Amino acid sequence: MVEMPPSLRARNLSRRHGQRMVLEALDLELYPGEILGLLGPNGAGKSTTMRILTGNLAPDSGKVEICGVDLCEEPVAAKMHLGYLPEIPPLYRELAVSEFLHFAARLHRVPESGVGAAVTEALRRCDLTKVAQRLIGNLSKGYQQRVGIAQAIVHSPAVIVLDEPTAGLDPLQIREIRALIAELGRSHGVIMSTHFLPEAEALCNRALILHQGRAVFSGPIAGLRQQCAGDSLEDCFVHLTRLGAAA
Amino acid sequence: MIATIAAKELRVLFGLPLAWITLGVLQGVLAWLFLSQVDAFLGLQAQLALLANPPGVTEMVAAPLFGAAAMLLLVVTPVLAMRLIAEERRNHTLPLLLSAPVSLPAIVLGKFLGLWVFLCLIVILPTLMALSLHAGGTLDMGLLLANLSGMVLLAASLAALGLYFSCLTAHPAVAAISGMGASLGLWLLDLVLKDVGALHALSLLLHFERLSRGFLNSADVAYFLLFTAAFLMLAVRRLDRDRVRG
Repeated sequence: MVEMPPSLRARNLSRRHGQRMVLEALDLELYPGEILGLLGPNGAGKSTTMRILTGNLAPDSGKVEICGVDLCEEPVAAKMHLGYLPEIPPLYRELAVSEFLHFAARLHRVPESGVGAAVTEALRRCDLTKVAQRLIGNLSKGYQQRVGIAQAIVHSPAVIVLDEPTAGLDPLQIREIRALIAELGRSHGVIMSTHFLPEAEALCNRALILHQGRAVFSGPIAGLRQQCAGDSLEDCFVHLTRLGAAA
Repeated sequence: MIATIAAKELRVLFGLPLAWITLGVLQGVLAWLFLSQVDAFLGLQAQLALLANPPGVTEMVAAPLFGAAAMLLLVVTPVLAMRLIAEERRNHTLPLLLSAPVSLPAIVLGKFLGLWVFLCLIVILPTLMALSLHAGGTLDMGLLLANLSGMVLLAASLAALGLYFSCLTAHPAVAAISGMGASLGLWLLDLVLKDVGALHALSLLLHFERLSRGFLNSADVAYFLLFTAAFLMLAVRRLDRDRVRG
């Protein structure tokens, strides 16, 4: 896996908001076929990182490469390989699910002859076929979240960025969405953020723990377990973030 | 890509009652104005016949009708334009466009085209009414065409202006009111600044009136095109600033 070139590589990302450093010298790599968990307490810089990786926010310094294409220099070419689900799913409530996915597919430059097939496949993978003709505004939160994921994968991108994909869902929906993410992680590179540690442990191959804009841990989840030396993951997380705060 | 965004804008617009109500209300108002104008023309016809070079039906009925439609466009466009970016911001849907392989100018042009096509549909209403006069008389097609091009160009300028104001805020109502203020201001420049040549030249009314009198002047056409391009560029810059400043 590691021999392959990374689908996404970020180097030395920094971002300042007024006087406050929101992100400081962050390095990040994502390989095909792995799920990278972005962890950290609220305000650690997870969403900022994701907004920078997807071209929604410009970093003050550093660079992002998606499939070897520089996001800053060739944004259109780099974004071809990208699917993004922000914290609040970007849905047009007045469109039907299938209509919205057709729009998302065209927007992501799926060739016109392949749009129908791409939408059908995304509907199937996200288990949305039954509600394809319903208006997005009338769907439950769980289904809306799935439509959000469907728009991120409809063009089968190499890199999928999911910002808290299970937030606000009920346990049954969480289980279904996790199964979907696990399936996506087999064929794509996935970065997901969460502040729920068991979720990261169940899904992610690697974790990056952020605290106050800096990476305080980066490596396989198993390594985090070892570092904990018998403590629970929560204790370990608290320990790491305290260390980060002290440094 | 531009066409995809424009088509989606139109689809959403026609999915809302807003588009239908706008078309319905404008049709009602314009039809009433049209009929009263025709009535006045018929009343005056006997006296007009005595003149050496009497104004025709196009000048007496169609031109005032287009003038009224232009005023309505001035009020309606900011309301239709307010949604374009401000509502995307408020509903948090902008990241979909910004993370897609589409450049900012393409996003802005797509949004602009969607609105402009809808405004052109509005312009068709008075055009069809004026053309119906052809059944009972002869029309000055040149004058009609000049009026029509004036309307289409004015619609483009107002759409670009409204789009820019929609980029400035996340509150559609704020975008609508400030857009309306700006377009009315540019319209009124004509009344207030008749003596100040340079500023007077910026007036929308001045350039529209020349076209509606039948002078298809390249300077006026260039004014509308430059006006549209300038506000579209400002909109692109404003969206880019969001990305940089956060």
